[in-house]
Order: sequence, then structure tokens, then C-alpha cells
Amino acid sequence: MTETNSTELIRLSAAQLAAKLAAGEVTAVEVTQAHLDRIAAVDGGERGVNAFLHVNTEEALAVAAEVDAIRAAGGQAAEELHELAGVPIAVKDLIVTIGQPTTAGSRILEGWHSPYDATVVKKLRAAKMPILGKTNLDEFAMGSSTEHSAFGPTRNPWDLDRIPGGSGGGSAAAVAAFEAPLALGTDTGGSIRQPGAVTGTVGVKPTYGGVSRYGAIAMASSLDQIGPVSRTVLDSALLQQVIGGHDPHDSTSLPDPLGDLVAAARLGNVDGMKIGIIKELHGEGYQAGVENRFNEALELLKDAGAEIVEVSCPNFQYALGAYYLIMPSEASSNLAKFDGVRYGLRVLPEDPPMTIERVMGATRAAGFGDEVKRRIILGTYALSAGYYDAYYGSAQKVRTLIQRDFEAAFAKADVLISPTAPTTAFKLGEKLDDPLAMYLNDVATIPANMAGVPGLSLPGGLADEDGLPVGIQLLAPAREDARLYRVGAVLESLLEAKWGGPLLDKAPALVELVGTQEAK
Amino acid sequence: MAAINRDDVAHLARLAHIEMSAEELDRMAGELAVIVDAVKSVSEAAGDGVPATSHPIPLSNVFREDEVGHTFTAEQALSGAPDSDADRFKVPAILDED
Repeated sequence: MTETNSTELIRLSAAQLAAKLAAGEVTAVEVTQAHLDRIAAVDGGERGVNAFLHVNTEEALAVAAEVDAIRAAGGQAAEELHELAGVPIAVKDLIVTIGQPTTAGSRILEGWHSPYDATVVKKLRAAKMPILGKTNLDEFAMGSSTEHSAFGPTRNPWDLDRIPGGSGGGSAAAVAAFEAPLALGTDTGGSIRQPGAVTGTVGVKPTYGGVSRYGAIAMASSLDQIGPVSRTVLDSALLQQVIGGHDPHDSTSLPDPLGDLVAAARLGNVDGMKIGIIKELHGEGYQAGVENRFNEALELLKDAGAEIVEVSCPNFQYALGAYYLIMPSEASSNLAKFDGVRYGLRVLPEDPPMTIERVMGATRAAGFGDEVKRRIILGTYALSAGYYDAYYGSAQKVRTLIQRDFEAAFAKADVLISPTAPTTAFKLGEKLDDPLAMYLNDVATIPANMAGVPGLSLPGGLADEDGLPVGIQLLAPAREDARLYRVGAVLESLLEAKWGGPLLDKAPALVELVGTQEAK
Repeated sequence: MAAINRDDVAHLARLAHIEMSAEELDRMAGELAVIVDAVKSVSEAAGDGVPATSHPIPLSNVFREDEVGHTFTAEQALSGAPDSDADRFKVPAILDED
């Protein structure tokens, strides 16, 4: 394969790669190698993207070779190959995998190997999708910039001095930098959608329970959701179709499937649909360039036959506060298992006595970063006697109010729309010393997690003032993920027609920017 | 609602089993005070009549057949342990005996 072919291959969508693989125009080994080469070219070194914490070269190529052998042999086995067989994918390093380390971006799990695969990983293996490696994240998925990773921040491919969003900045940056056509993320308060917004990619948080959480290291169990990361709406639909469905290992997993998401993405029609603007999720506090792109998207949808209505969700003003009580409460409980006994780091205190209690204290002091400690302390506070009703109890009531706001809004509109994040990507380090400012990045994404409804972020264009990507968020009622794909695909095609191609065509050529690499 | 102070943080850090230096306690107390102040409006948002929601999409009676499924071998379960002995996790002393 020539170098030109390799450069072209990495720019294809998963659907395009699948078609070329099925037609025999390219082999899975060529496709996988092209992405591994790209990772080697742009991910490592001081100015590299640093989307990957681990690159899974051998296994990925072996799976690709297996797909090629099955295809070459023909017959029933070839016919039964999954549509995405041989299409490579990256996996957020919060999701456990046999054969590769899983760190959750934390020193406390450095070097740990899971003895089991997450359900979503089993599904990728069943579909014979080569896993390229594990992607960087804020430690235990706690953050909006990937700067809280213990293994250094990921850089935004649009501007290497800026954040790629978080916590799934690694997955979003890998896809934006053409290091992978697809990736898995997890979204507790926006960790798939906000990185999608600031990197010009697509990210979907499915309905809570639509995709099994088994094997995703839990932050806040009632909010966490695994979902797809891609460059096109159709690709996310294809991936959610692979990873979704009931799983007896997850007792919160929905028993019924969510319908044909791929068909919804291919339908491409919003004629007569009601699309609701959420009054509380735009305007004041949102960057001008974000508002402009948002308003343009509304005009395009209107021209395509959708009816734009305005809805009000007055209790969304409390969503961020309630989230920062519920999430740390659940996290403080979920992270109690990292105690230096069963897995991961064990640190002995400097002086005796060497009791288990002191070993736990020393291990957790050395193994957890600042943001994780902050959230554990905050959660312990919110759950402590005397404060429980005022904090955790009130936050759970607010959750009910947010659900009621969504119910009222969905009585007036089929789908809701807002900017995904209030601003474009900020500079690395800019908000690191101001936790509260960092939390505000998730103001528009958190309500969906609180209510369990699905949300999709897609590129809405570049902000006039800084030339950086803006995300448009679509929200649908629980179990109606198909609507997101239907509306998202229409908006995407209208926007691309306007831009003359995908938004990522406007991103800088990375190889020159990154410079000479140490191979990753 | 009470503000969070340095003594609170020291107490909470002990409860959460995280050793903290004096400097860390100072910094954490300042940061947490700002965050607690920002979230306290939540306690005024909902009245007594509003029910609590713990899970966004409640499912009840999630059962499975009472059959033995996949289990880990001792070797697999101990594969990531910092210390083990005779197919068991080995831990430091539970009680301080000196």
C-alpha cells in the first residue's frame, strides 16, 4: 500500500471503511496499520496529541488479519462477519480490557490488568473490530479537560495548546486527529458530548441503561453511561447498535432494545418535527460564536421543514448544583474499593504502626490526584450525618424536578436543542486552579444525565472569534435515541453542504505541528 | 447551612482514608468552601412534597435464574493484588498491636 492510500484511509468514516472492506478494495490489516502509523506520527513526544495511554498493536493487527482470512476464505463465515468487522476502534481507559492495562487515568491503577472484559469490549470482539488501544481521560473520568489525567493532558488537534474537553478528551482527540475512526467514551455529566463539541466530532450519551455499564469503572452509578465517539452521526449509530442491548451483568440495563438507530440515521428527514429550544440553555453565559453557530443550526432545521418551538426548563438552574452533590456522593462510595488490598497501588506509611487503616490512608494519598480527592471529600461531606437531607436528599428531589421539566418540554417538542458547551476549547492550564469554573463547562450536558435521557453532540461549525469548533446538542426522551440520529444526520448533511465538506477538513495538518515524534 | 472549614476537611479526610498534609488541608478547605457555597441553593430548590429520584429510569424486581455463572479462579482474582499468600489477599495488621 502506498503512503497516499494510508493517508486517505484514515480520513474515511467507519461506514466508508466497512464498505471498502466488504468490497475487497482494502484489507483490515491495511486499515488497522494505517491508523497505527498515524498514532505513531502524531500521538507521542512533547507536542503530540497524547490521546493514547496504551497502543495495542499486536492484538489489533491479529484481529485484522483474522478478519482478512475469513473474508478471503469466503463461505458462511465470511457472510456472517459483522458489518464493522475489521474497522478499528479506540477504547477509553475507564473501560476494562483483558490483555491491555486499564488505568482510569490514575496512579492508583497504574500497571493493573483486568481479569475480565467489559460487556461493550466483548461486543467489539464479537464483531471482530480491532482495538487500537486505550485512550486518555481525566482521572476516574473526573474533569472537563483531560488535564486531571495522571499521565499528562491530551492536546486538542485543532490547537495543541488547548484542551480536548473531558473527561473523554483522549477518545475525542483520537477520532478528531484521524488516529481512529471510532472510539468508546463514558458520559456522567458530559464526558462524551463536551469533548465532541470542542474537537469537532460526534459523541452520543445513550439513554441510561441502553448500553451496559458492566466493566466501566464506576464514578457515579446512577449517571454513568457508555457511548459512541465518531466523526459522523451514522458512525455513532453503527457503533451504538454494536454495543447496545440488554446485559444481565448490569441490573440497570434496559430489557428492551432501542430500535434501529442506523435506519434512523439513514432516514434523513425532519419535516414536521417539533424541535424545542431550551430557554435556559443558551444566551447569557454562552460565547458569542457559540450562539451564532447555534442560531444558524436552527435556521437550517427550519428550512428543512422542522418547526422550532421554545420550551422552558426552570429547574435546570439547579442541575449543576444537584449534580455536584449526587456525583461526588456516589463517587466517594464507588472509589472506596481502591484501598490497596485487592488491586493496584499499595503504599506503606513512613513510620509505624503499619496498620491497614494507615496503609489505606497512605495509598489513597499517593494514588489519587487532587480532583479525585476533592470529590471524595465533597461526597463524604454530602453524605455525612446531619447534612444528608440538606445535600444529598435535596439533590435527589431536584432530580425529580429536572425530570418533570423534561416531561413538560417533550410534551411540546419531539427533540430539544442547545449548544453542547458554553465555550469553545480553552487553553491548557487556564481553569486548572479554579475547580468551579471547570465545572461550569458541563452546565448544558448535565441535565440529560440527571434525567437519564439520551443526548448527541455534533459539530456546528467554527466560532467567529477564535476559529474553534462549536458543538450542537440534541436531546430526546428516554428510549428515543433514534430521534437523535434522525435529526442529527439531517443537520449534519445540511451543515456539510454549507461548509463544502466535513468540518474536520478545516483542521490543521497535524504532522507538521506535532513535529518529530518518539514512536508511541 | 454551615460553611465547610479546615477541621471539617480533616475529619472527612480521616473518614475517607486519605492522608492529607497541613498545606493540603488548607488548600482543600478553601476550594471546597467555594464549591459548597455554589451548590447550597439546591437545598432551597425543592419543597417537602417533592419525591426523591435515586435512579433516572427505575427498574424493579431485576432477577436472574439462580444458576452458577462465570466465576474467577483464585489466581485470576489475585492477579492484581499488591500482596497475596496461600490463595488469599494478604493485608497489613487490622489492629495496632504495639
